Amino acid sequence: MAAGLRLEKTHKHPTLMLAGETLVLDLCGGLWLPEHRTLIVSDLHLEKGSSYAARSGQFLPPYDTRETLACLHEAVARHEPARVVALGDSFHDARGPERMEPGDRALVAALQEGRDWVWIAGNHDAAVNEGVGGRYADALTLGGLVLRHEPSPEPVPGEIAGHLHPCGKVAMRGRAVRRRCFVTDGTRLVMPAFGAYAGGLNVRDKAIEGLFPKGFTAHLLGDGRVFAIGRAQLARD
Amino acid sequence: MAPTGAGKTLAGFLPSLVALAERGTQKLKPAGLHTLYVSPLKALAVDIARNLDAPIAEMGLPVRVETRTGDTPAHKRTRQISRPPDILLTTPEQLALLIAHREAAEFFSGLRCVVLDELHALVTSKRGDLLALALARLHRLSPGLAAIGLSATVREPDELRKYLVPQGPLPFPPSAGAPPTLHDETADTVVGPGVGPLSRAGEGEERELTEPDSTATPGADVPDPETPRPSPQPSPARERGQVAPPMADLVTVAGGAKADLRMLDLGRALPISGHTAWHSMPAIYELIKEHRTTLVFVNTRLQAEYTFQELWRLNEDALPIAIHHGSLDAQQRRRVEAAMAAGQLRAIVCTATLDLGIDWGDVDLVVNVGAPKGASRIMQRIGRANHRMDEPSKAYLVPGNRFEMLECQAALDAVEEAAQDTPDARQGALDVLAQHVLGMACADAFDPVDLYDEIVSAVPYAGLTWEAFEQVVDYVATGGYALRAYERFAKILRGPDGLWRVRDARTAQAYRMNVGTIVEAARVRVRLGRTLRGKPGTVLPKSGRVLGEIEDEFAETLTVGDTFLFAGETLRFEGLAEDECLVTRAPPGTDPAIPSYAGAKFPLSTFLAARVRALIADPFAWDRLPKQIGEYLVQQRRRSVLPGERDLLVETFPRGKRYYLTAFPFEGRLAHQTLGMLLTRRLERDGLRPLGFAANDYGIAIWTTRDVSERAARDPDFIGDLFAVDMLGDDLEAWLDESAMMKRTFRQCAVIAGLIERHHPGQKKSGRQVTISTDLIYDVLRKHQPDHLLLRAARQDAATGLLDVRRLGMMLERIQGRIIHRSLDRVSPLSVSVMLEIGRERVYGEGADEILAEAEAELLQEALS
Repeated sequence: MAAGLRLEKTHKHPTLMLAGETLVLDLCGGLWLPEHRTLIVSDLHLEKGSSYAARSGQFLPPYDTRETLACLHEAVARHEPARVVALGDSFHDARGPERMEPGDRALVAALQEGRDWVWIAGNHDAAVNEGVGGRYADALTLGGLVLRHEPSPEPVPGEIAGHLHPCGKVAMRGRAVRRRCFVTDGTRLVMPAFGAYAGGLNVRDKAIEGLFPKGFTAHLLGDGRVFAIGRAQLARD
Repeated sequence: MAPTGAGKTLAGFLPSLVALAERGTQKLKPAGLHTLYVSPLKALAVDIARNLDAPIAEMGLPVRVETRTGDTPAHKRTRQISRPPDILLTTPEQLALLIAHREAAEFFSGLRCVVLDELHALVTSKRGDLLALALARLHRLSPGLAAIGLSATVREPDELRKYLVPQGPLPFPPSAGAPPTLHDETADTVVGPGVGPLSRAGEGEERELTEPDSTATPGADVPDPETPRPSPQPSPARERGQVAPPMADLVTVAGGAKADLRMLDLGRALPISGHTAWHSMPAIYELIKEHRTTLVFVNTRLQAEYTFQELWRLNEDALPIAIHHGSLDAQQRRRVEAAMAAGQLRAIVCTATLDLGIDWGDVDLVVNVGAPKGASRIMQRIGRANHRMDEPSKAYLVPGNRFEMLECQAALDAVEEAAQDTPDARQGALDVLAQHVLGMACADAFDPVDLYDEIVSAVPYAGLTWEAFEQVVDYVATGGYALRAYERFAKILRGPDGLWRVRDARTAQAYRMNVGTIVEAARVRVRLGRTLRGKPGTVLPKSGRVLGEIEDEFAETLTVGDTFLFAGETLRFEGLAEDECLVTRAPPGTDPAIPSYAGAKFPLSTFLAARVRALIADPFAWDRLPKQIGEYLVQQRRRSVLPGERDLLVETFPRGKRYYLTAFPFEGRLAHQTLGMLLTRRLERDGLRPLGFAANDYGIAIWTTRDVSERAARDPDFIGDLFAVDMLGDDLEAWLDESAMMKRTFRQCAVIAGLIERHHPGQKKSGRQVTISTDLIYDVLRKHQPDHLLLRAARQDAATGLLDVRRLGMMLERIQGRIIHRSLDRVSPLSVSVMLEIGRERVYGEGADEILAEAEAELLQEALS
């Protein structure tokens, strides 16, 4: 073989089929629908840091919003979507938008420029996010896909939801690696949280496992690519 | 400064008892707190109170002695403030709370004397920083206060002497109407029996007492702290230039009976690796049978579990043998302590929890299992036997492997010469300072200039610049962020009078909940579950009792069905339920499957490491070693080479399908892990494809897919460049940022500095939640404000703590031009020792992605089969 030829890591952003639609699992934790030119991100939890300062006097570094938006900016630059869907819990609390720094507000406006921007209602931000542009919806249908914040208790084919912040843990040889992940059984899918300060819930928890009675695969966000891990290899907390 | 058993603790109280006996007769004088005693251990404070009560009662002194610890009930605390005892015994954390109390100025205004026990053990840590800041405040609240430090013998006591005395002038007590009468820091670093007249601080007189003179009346000549004498006011540290810093007087008690200390020699070959000392258990059991009460010290909790289990396996006479370590349920520990005090036990297997000077029962033998790790530590432990100065302490050192034999011999030599590890002078931690500043705002409004002067009078903070202090105040107020997002939520506020005040009662409450510098590793309770007989495999949670706690990190790596040792039993892991680790008893005869980490928690001290290197380098000294270790070293010399005292030996050789590089710096496990991490990065860059590494206290082994020997043959500078000092530059920075250990260090700083609350008032936050969020916080902070106070605090910790970068740097300097490389065709005797660590220890070379890829491969295999 010719020297210098390098194999591309084909599954840095692996592709899945769901309800006949193509989904690209982006390493950043977003979901790219090439046929709809739509980027979906879930649980941004913007202004979570300042929410702690306001409520409990803990001064977490106030850079989480900026960090989250910077990651989102990268994903947007990479895909140049016609539409961005924020799948709920975009702000950590209802007063988040008003605490936002002017610079961060400008970043959001720049991201929205020239594309359709949909805020899906979440449980943290059920009300309309004032003064941050975009349009609002409780749910959205795209081809065979249904986009909503909380996964339905009963299986809905083609449903893409967030809310649960799934994380997968792999324990091996005295080491444990815990990463955010997509979870799917081929019928429905739960997205990882995108926000810099968003915590995680183990996929082996009842709340997540219960949604996939026939088992599931978790796609963990590694350092260099996304890894598909079977239920058997995933440890509980 | 006095050897263990010289009676220094009671001597420390004598001046106070004399003064109090006199005060007691003057009915008109208002009573108040006269003497404060601070001990590193709650149990020690309680123990001292017991020991003080007896002589006070016998002499009929009108003196009230009380303790104040975390266990003291609220009503008693309140009463102690309104009606203080004459002598109060407490811990550094409780003292921090006391000086942050609204009534602190009043409470401490009459304080004459403060006694700091086991000072040598305290000053080396962040607790020592916290205590130094509290002491500075006490000196300010009570001018003329006498500070007495009690310490075991240390090589260079000057650091302790400076610690006790303000290093510069102190401002007036806060809220005080009148200037203080006198600045008289009468302070003694430790009192032995038979003390002569003491000179005053600043003059730093030294006196040696070779023979404890039992005829002298101790305390009679000690200056009465009630009548402070004028003393030269120490000039400000910053203006003094070359003048020696103020120091406390030093009283040294020499002598004491020489310890009867031996290495346990079984007359048979020891394994090359491993720490359990399983081969010595029958001999230890025989020793227990021959003595009244034996303390069996080990280095880790897991080693304690193993030793306890093995001794009971041998215990045909059913001797009462107990176990004591920090993870056991508190009630169980109290029961063991009580049984020991009552003389009901023949042996206790214990960890560092019993290191310090607690007198429980009549111990006539100490056995130290495993590597001694440090000369001072081993002396402290030996001193637990025959806690009397005129009788020799009897102790055995039990090596777990051949290297530990070398270490034991080095420790024996050190004890023979009464040589000790010297604690390094500490640079005061910034996170501790942040906690203190908030505490001072809780006590009263503070003037920043006065508080600064007070803080720099404490020796760990003597080098603190005004700018650094301002940054700490800014951090306390609003988090210290370049992005001024939290101004309106500020915790402390500066008034128009220029004074800083705490925002509200809730902030003060949060301070009280977070005080202290000990951040426990997140732990989970271990609860015994009950198996359903009818349905095997079903475990009822919440049915059994709590056995104790294990580190979250250890629990993380367990999977259902794993067996491990805990609380003296082999347990089967059944899963985690609601933050409890659920276990069942494994069937009798089950061997624990999880090889719990049994190495030493404490790294080998620099001092002892140098002695081990010297021992290896000097064949004439081998006569003193057990025969087999001498033979082992001869073998090494024949097959490879033995490095000189200051040299670094590097060996490269093939084995199986891999190539190995081993090196023996003898700088302790922590420094070696850091070294291994950095070397693998370099080897990666040089195209040698390292796969992983393992480290122990003596050396490291790295394995690669490409031949290092071959590369070294082509390029004579290769090995020298590999170990060049510049690895501490960018490589270190890059790795530090990603390192899990750095994240752990950051978490501790964040908790101490109050960024993350340990507990919310009224609600307990589990350690697990804290762990997750601080990792995220760390990542965001280092990206957006890499010079933030807490990141600087974490880096300062990393230099000396978990990553031991400072020691690594010293080693790299030492070995420049002194590297001896040998290309071998097979593994040498020396290299075998570290090769055996492979697979036993965590391999830090592996990235997260490798682990994930392996798990992914298993899924693919399932899919294909």
